[in-house]
Amino acid sequence: MFDQAHLLAILPEITLAVGAMALLMVGVGGRDEERGELVLWLAVAVLVLAGIFVATGEGTVTLFTGSFIVDPYARMLKLLALVGATVALIMSLTYWRDTDGGVKFEYPVLLLFAATGMLMMISAYDLIALYVGLELQSLALYVVAAFKRDSARSSEAGLKYFVLGALSSGMLLYGASLVYGFTGSTEFAQIAGAVQPSGANLGSSVWCSCSQASPSRFPPCRSICGRRTSMRARPTPVAAFFAAAPKIAAMALLVRVVISAFPAVTTEWQQIVIFLAIASMALGSFAAIGQRNIKRLMAYSSIGHMGYALVGLAPGTAEGVQGVIVYLAIYLVMTSGTFAFILSLRRDGKMVEEISQLSGLSRTSPLMALMLAILLFSLAGIPPLAGFFAKFYVFLAAIESGLYALAVIGVLLSVVGAFYYLRIVKIMYFDEPVESFEPMPRILAAVLGTSGVLILFFFIYPAPLVAAAGVAAKSLF
Amino acid sequence: MTVGLSHYLTVAAVLFTVGIFGIFLNRKNVIVILMSIELMMLAVNLNLVAFSAFHGDLVGQIFTLIALTVAAAEAAIGLAIVVVYFRNRGTIDVAEIDLLKG
Repeated sequence: MFDQAHLLAILPEITLAVGAMALLMVGVGGRDEERGELVLWLAVAVLVLAGIFVATGEGTVTLFTGSFIVDPYARMLKLLALVGATVALIMSLTYWRDTDGGVKFEYPVLLLFAATGMLMMISAYDLIALYVGLELQSLALYVVAAFKRDSARSSEAGLKYFVLGALSSGMLLYGASLVYGFTGSTEFAQIAGAVQPSGANLGSSVWCSCSQASPSRFPPCRSICGRRTSMRARPTPVAAFFAAAPKIAAMALLVRVVISAFPAVTTEWQQIVIFLAIASMALGSFAAIGQRNIKRLMAYSSIGHMGYALVGLAPGTAEGVQGVIVYLAIYLVMTSGTFAFILSLRRDGKMVEEISQLSGLSRTSPLMALMLAILLFSLAGIPPLAGFFAKFYVFLAAIESGLYALAVIGVLLSVVGAFYYLRIVKIMYFDEPVESFEPMPRILAAVLGTSGVLILFFFIYPAPLVAAAGVAAKSLF
Repeated sequence: MTVGLSHYLTVAAVLFTVGIFGIFLNRKNVIVILMSIELMMLAVNLNLVAFSAFHGDLVGQIFTLIALTVAAAEAAIGLAIVVVYFRNRGTIDVAEIDLLKG
């Protein structure tokens, strides 16, 4: 039933799952603090190994009687998700070291399970596989959100996240059951064959694509209040993790479902995607203006960025999907760098999160301020930084397929968004300095520096990323 | 009167709606929310089994079994989070889950 090619195709998932279970055993072997750190570095090794297995795969393989697909698109998005998870895991090290319990070994293990779920989501080619992958990811994330279990705020964040997550997975399941009922199959390929733009069929597919969006954490579908409050209450490394890898996996899933399962009803799901895109961009731009807490500002900013990525999905073309992938890759770099910065904001052994505390940073630690300024300019989409090209590709795709209104609204909202990024730059460069921060840990400095340099010099040699995204997008159509 | 597919779907839709309303209108405690979530999951399972019988296709029932398993895991994690929350706050009253307002 299985040949070697099949096993090779799912090797990354097997590596992660087996690795996570093995690390669980390593972890319970002893409770000393070094054990947690050992498990964390081993988890990084497992993630890197899985990444190597993903990168060495070739061609398109369908396995488990068509419920799982490994194509260039899956490989590209899996690599992004794995990079996001790895960077978030490494960055969390310094934070956990400074908390009283030291590094808890459960954290890297949970991240590995979540990563397994993400990889399964990205490769799912069947509603059942999709659901199992999504839940594997969510169940791990519920626990991670409530990870500081002796803190009332963290456990409340976990509780809210759980209720909203369970609600949206219930919606997704209901949509999936309707799609199964009307098309008689759960496989994407057969759903695509059965869906016709008429009547009940259409209703079910619209429901499904709508419910797909809800686990993707788009604000209109998810209660806004719960989303942003839980972002602030999560421990910072957890917030850094949530901001990158799960978003990539959710977006990958949404793109895969609407493109491969519902190509016949593009005009119908297009309306939903356009609505979600505009709502996300608007919320991300306007709600962040009054924020004083940098973590919450980044939460709103990530909502807005998912909106821009959706602009690329709206046309439903290969160029658009290419834009989405480029956007996600650049977003991943920007958000990792920014969270490396946030994680290093310590003064007298305490985390600082207020934006006003950054004033005069350019004089107290100029290099750090410069790197953050680059990232913020890029998040605002100012050329020639990478963030500009990310927005350029998605808006170009929207304009080429005639979605002028969407593109114009998107560009206008990105101007609004630029305001609050530039305000931070202004505070850092033109306000009077307050006392300086503790020196940045070497790991975080490396992440911040790398992402700053990548963003700054992306325009010199963008070809590899853009070409890889193009190949990945073509494999979907 | 014969009981057909539409009857099952109606019951499932009603159950699902009750579940959603249970989450949003409930002012009492978190356990009721967990029960509502279970209600939604079970409504979906009813849907899947009805469709499966209608199509004469086993995939729907397999989906149901998998969804049941996952729902059990989800309930376990939900209860664990509720217990952790109770230890910290000493209450599971929905009206008092407000540390993170705004």
